[in-house]
Amino acid sequence: MPVTGGTVRDVDGRPREFVIAEPGGQPLGRLRAELAKTFTVSGAVRPARATRTWLDTFDWRLYKAGLTLQQVTTRGSSQLILFGPGGEQLIAAPSRGRRLRWPAQAEALPPGTVRDRLTPVIGNRALLPVVSVTSQATDLRLLNQDQKTVARLGVDALTVSPLPHHRPEVQPPPGTPPALDPLPTRLTVHEVRGYPAAARRARQVLTSAAGVSVSRQTALDAALAATGRHALDYTGKVDVKLRPAMPAREAVALLLLQQLDTLEANVDGVLHDVDTEYLHDLRIAVRRSRSALKLLGDVLPGDLTLRFAAEFRWLGDLTTPLRDLDVQLEGLPAMAAGLVAARPADLEPFRVYLGRRRGAARRTLNRELRSDRFAAVLGDWRKALTVPKAGRRPSRPRAADLAADRTRRAYSKVIRMGAAITDDSPAESLHTLRKRCKELRYVLEFFASLHDPAAQRAMVGDLKRLQDCLGEFQDCEVQQLEIQALAAAMLARQAAPAPTLLAMGEVAGQLGRRQQQARAEFAGRFTAFAGSAGRRRLAALTAPPAPKITAPRTAATKITAPKTTAARTRA
Amino acid sequence: MKVFATYNIKGGVGKTTAAVNLAYLAAEDGQRTLLWDLDPQAAATYMFRVRARVKGGGRALIKGTRSLDGAIKGTDFDRLDLLPGDFTYRNMDLLLDEAKKPVRRLTRLLEPLARDYDVVFLDCPPSVSLVSENVLHAADLILVPLIPATLSVRTLDQLTEFVAGFDGPRPEVLAFFSMVDRRKRLHREVAEQLPARRDDVAATAIPALAVIERMAEERAPVPVFAPRSPATRAYRDLWAEIQKLAPESDSLHPTG
Repeated sequence: MPVTGGTVRDVDGRPREFVIAEPGGQPLGRLRAELAKTFTVSGAVRPARATRTWLDTFDWRLYKAGLTLQQVTTRGSSQLILFGPGGEQLIAAPSRGRRLRWPAQAEALPPGTVRDRLTPVIGNRALLPVVSVTSQATDLRLLNQDQKTVARLGVDALTVSPLPHHRPEVQPPPGTPPALDPLPTRLTVHEVRGYPAAARRARQVLTSAAGVSVSRQTALDAALAATGRHALDYTGKVDVKLRPAMPAREAVALLLLQQLDTLEANVDGVLHDVDTEYLHDLRIAVRRSRSALKLLGDVLPGDLTLRFAAEFRWLGDLTTPLRDLDVQLEGLPAMAAGLVAARPADLEPFRVYLGRRRGAARRTLNRELRSDRFAAVLGDWRKALTVPKAGRRPSRPRAADLAADRTRRAYSKVIRMGAAITDDSPAESLHTLRKRCKELRYVLEFFASLHDPAAQRAMVGDLKRLQDCLGEFQDCEVQQLEIQALAAAMLARQAAPAPTLLAMGEVAGQLGRRQQQARAEFAGRFTAFAGSAGRRRLAALTAPPAPKITAPRTAATKITAPKTTAARTRA
Repeated sequence: MKVFATYNIKGGVGKTTAAVNLAYLAAEDGQRTLLWDLDPQAAATYMFRVRARVKGGGRALIKGTRSLDGAIKGTDFDRLDLLPGDFTYRNMDLLLDEAKKPVRRLTRLLEPLARDYDVVFLDCPPSVSLVSENVLHAADLILVPLIPATLSVRTLDQLTEFVAGFDGPRPEVLAFFSMVDRRKRLHREVAEQLPARRDDVAATAIPALAVIERMAEERAPVPVFAPRSPATRAYRDLWAEIQKLAPESDSLHPTG
C-alpha cells in the first residue's frame, strides 16, 4: 500500500476510490495509456506486497468514531497506521524488538500519538483483527513537463487472507470461511498539494475509462463482505425494530432473542479474558432478559417466564464475583492517585491480592460457562423463543399498547418510590430505587423503536442523570463493604502489611466522601426527573392512552427481585 | 514544530544543499516536513522541480493577504512539502521593515503551520539583513555550514554573539563543516580539530563531492539518486546529530 504523506491530499478532501470491475490487467493497461495522453506515467515495475490487517474493538469503537486502524506488514516489519475521519494519517513508530500480538489493549501499543489518539476511544476494550488482506500495491506517479509528480494513482489488488497470529477467540465465526478470491482492484487518486487540477484531470480519466467504476464500498467494507461480515455487526445495545401493531408476544420474543444473541456473542471473550467489557455486556444481556421476563413476561406463552427466571438469576449471580473484582481493579489507579496520607505503592499488595482473587473467580466462572447446565439453558431458551406454539397466536395486546402500559407502570413506580425517600432513608431504599430506575431504562430501551426519538432521548437523558447519581451512591457503598471484607480476608491470610491496610482505609474514606456527595445530589436529580417536564415527556412517549393490560397469567408476573448482596453490585 | 534554519553570511557554502538533503531525511524519518526557500534565486525550489513562483509574491505572504498554507506545494516525496522561492523575495527586507515587530514577522507567519508540520527548514539567502534576522529569531536551531578556514571560527563567534543578545527565546547554534576537501591539509586539520574543541560544531563534516553538485542536474536530494554515496552517509550522520539536539516525535500527516 502506498503510504502517502504530507505531500498528498485526496480529491475533494476524501479518498475517491474506483474499482476495476473485470479481472485481469486489460482495464489497467488501457487506463495507463489514457493517462499517458496528459501525464508522463511513472511507477514501480513490480507492485509492493504487504499484509494489511484492520483492527477494531469487538463493539466497533473505532469504526463508530470514523477511525480506521491498520497494521501493515511488509517483509517482516510492521507498522500501525491510523486513518482519521478527514483522511489524515497517524503512523506509529514500529515497535522495536517487540512484536504486536492481538488482542491488545491500548497500553500494549507503541507509545506515541497513535496510542494517545486511540486510548480515549477504545477505553478498556482490546483491539482485535477484524479482517486481513494481502495487498499488491503500485504507486503510479503522474508527472508534468518538468517531470514533477503532480498526482498519484494508487493501484491496490487485494485478496482476503486468514487473520494473522492471534488467539482462537478472534477467528471469524464458524461457517464463514474467508473468501480467497481477489477483490476488485482498487484505484485511488491522490492529490499532490498545490496541484488540484492534475488530480481532477486524473479523476476524469478514471471516470470515463471502460471497466472502471466509482467504488461504493471502502476497502474495509469490501474485505468484510468477502468474509460474510459487515461493520457494526455487534452492538451491546437493544437493537430490535418493532412495529406498533405487531403482537406484543412476538415483540417480547424478538427482544429476548436479541439479548440471547448478545449474551452468546460475549461468552468467548469472557472465557479467554480478552477484556472486561465482554463480561459487562454479558451481564447486561442477562439483566435485561430478567427485567423483560419480570416486566413483560406475562405476554409470553405457557410457563416460560417461571421456568427461565430462575435460570437467569443463576446466570446473573454467577458473573457477579468477577465483575466486582474487575470494578475494584479498574478503579484502583484513580483511587491510588487520590491518596493523600498513604502512598500509591502502599496499595500494591492489595492490587496483587485482588488479581489473585480475580484469577480464582475467572476459573470458577469459566467452569460454569463450559458446563452442561449453561449450554442447556441457552439452547432451551432459544428453542422456547423461536419454536412457534400450536394454535392461533393472539393478535392482542399490540406491541404499542404493551409499551405504553409498561412504561407508565415503571415510571410510576420510580416516582412513587423516589418521592418517599428522605434524608433519613436507609441506603437500601436508594438501592431499591436504583433497581426500579434500571427497569424503567430497560423498558424505554426495549420500546425505543416505537417512540419518537426526541422524546425518547430527553426521557433517557433525565433518567440517566438520576441513575448516575444512584449508581455512584451504590457503587461506593458496595466497594466500601468489599474493601472491609477484603481487608479482613487479607489479614486472615497474613497478606496485608500495615501501610496497605492504612491505604485501603484511606480509599474507603474516599469512597465514603463520594457516597455522601452523591446522596447530597440525589434530591436535585430526582426533582429534575420527576417534575412537570418529566411528566410531559412520559405523556409524549405513551400517547395515545393505552388500555390497561390484564395479564393472562398471574404466576409468571410475580418475580421477586433478588436480595442477595451479590445482586446489589453493579453489572 | 521544530524550526531549523541553514544560515551563513557567505554564499556558496552549502546552505541550500544541506537544507534540501536534511529536509528530505527528516521526511524520510516520518516527520511532516516543510522547506521554505527564502532565497530569491530559488535553488532549492528548482531542485524539487517546482516552479519558482508564489501567487502575489513575497508581498502577499509578508503582508498576510495570502496564507503560507495556500502557497505550499507538495514535493515528489512523502511528507515533504515546499514553500517555493520567488524572485520578489529580493524585496523582502523592505516588506518586513513595514511590518509591526519587523524582526518577528516570520515567526508569526509560521505559527499556524505548527498543526501541519513537525519540522520546518528555512533556507536563508546569504546576507546580514532583516530577512536573516527574522530567520534567526524564528529558528529553534541554526545550522551553519562552514568552509574549513581560520576565519570560519570568527564567523561562527560573531553569529553566536549576535544570537546571545536576543531578548526572549534564543536559538541553538550548530555549525558543521561543508565542502571539505580531504586533499587540503588545512581542511583536514580544521575539520578534525574544531569539533573536538567546541560543542557547537558538529562532528560530521560534509565532503566536497561532485555528487552534491549533481543535485541541480538530477533535480533531487542526494539520497534519492545516490543512496550509497559518501555524501548521503554524511548527511544522514549530520541529521542524526541534529536529532540528538531535537528529538523527533511521531508523525501526523494529513492527506485530506
